Amino acid sequence: MDDLDRAIVNRLQGSFPVSGRPFAEAAMQLGTDEDELISRIRRLLDSGVLTRFGPLYNADRMGGAFSLAAMSVGPADFERVAATVNALPEVAHNYEREHALNMWFVLATDTPEGIERAIARIEAETGYPVFNMPKLREYFVELKLEV
Amino acid sequence: MAGRESPSIDATDRRIIVATQGGLPLTPQPYHAIAQDLGIEPGEVMERLRRMLEAGIIRRIGVVPNHYAIGYRANGMSVWDVPDARVDELGQKIGALESVTHCYRRPRHLPHWPYNLFAMVHGRDRAEVEAKVAEIAALLGDAGRGHEILYSTRILKKTGMRLAQ
Repeated sequence: MDDLDRAIVNRLQGSFPVSGRPFAEAAMQLGTDEDELISRIRRLLDSGVLTRFGPLYNADRMGGAFSLAAMSVGPADFERVAATVNALPEVAHNYEREHALNMWFVLATDTPEGIERAIARIEAETGYPVFNMPKLREYFVELKLEV
Repeated sequence: MAGRESPSIDATDRRIIVATQGGLPLTPQPYHAIAQDLGIEPGEVMERLRRMLEAGIIRRIGVVPNHYAIGYRANGMSVWDVPDARVDELGQKIGALESVTHCYRRPRHLPHWPYNLFAMVHGRDRAEVEAKVAEIAALLGDAGRGHEILYSTRILKKTGMRLAQ
């Protein structure tokens, strides 16, 4: 990664314009041009430095809901359960963590009832209980990761 | 939660969400490309996106870096047991720390899970995460009755939210 790649990662996390030529506009801010910015973003996506580029939607502002949920899965069963959980479109992220509760996933659904439905389905399909931990409050979230 | 009674998106918003939730097209006029695919005027696509930004339906538009790939190899979810009566006050303080990227209050599941405050801490290695967690512990003082750090060892899925088509 060079300085321009770093600038793209650090400065384009939240301010991509909504306009007729947004790459050209953003490129000007970053001291590059439209074509270069487009090809850099494509390369950063291809190489896995970026997981995504575009709007980040907030399900709970659409009349839907988000929740964090955790399970304690036996090691012999882990891959099977991960595949079952990941197969649900409602599962947005899933992480393995070092703890008795070793599988942590985020559910995002377009109705509040969707969370309970997805959890019931996961419990039925995997045979493991799911701990639902919806956020009750969010404190001062902003972007702070820099390269 | 606010707004649940009256959904704040309509069918056209929903089509735009479905078309963009996987990412924006990498072409000079991405919003025009989406508009063309959906048979909507580009001006309307942009107007609706701006409205969803203002309403918080879109958190932000931009790049989403992979923590691991940009050098944050240690990803620690620190979880804390703090008195319910003080969780909001303390959550505000912890969330404002430079080293904390997300901070939430969540329900306990006693007796298995006594923690009600979650603070996400990223570091280049575990020592860096632990130093940041020590900073949180110092700030909480006696109110931090117990804590753990859950390190992620593998990303099993990271697609972001997906509305059904």
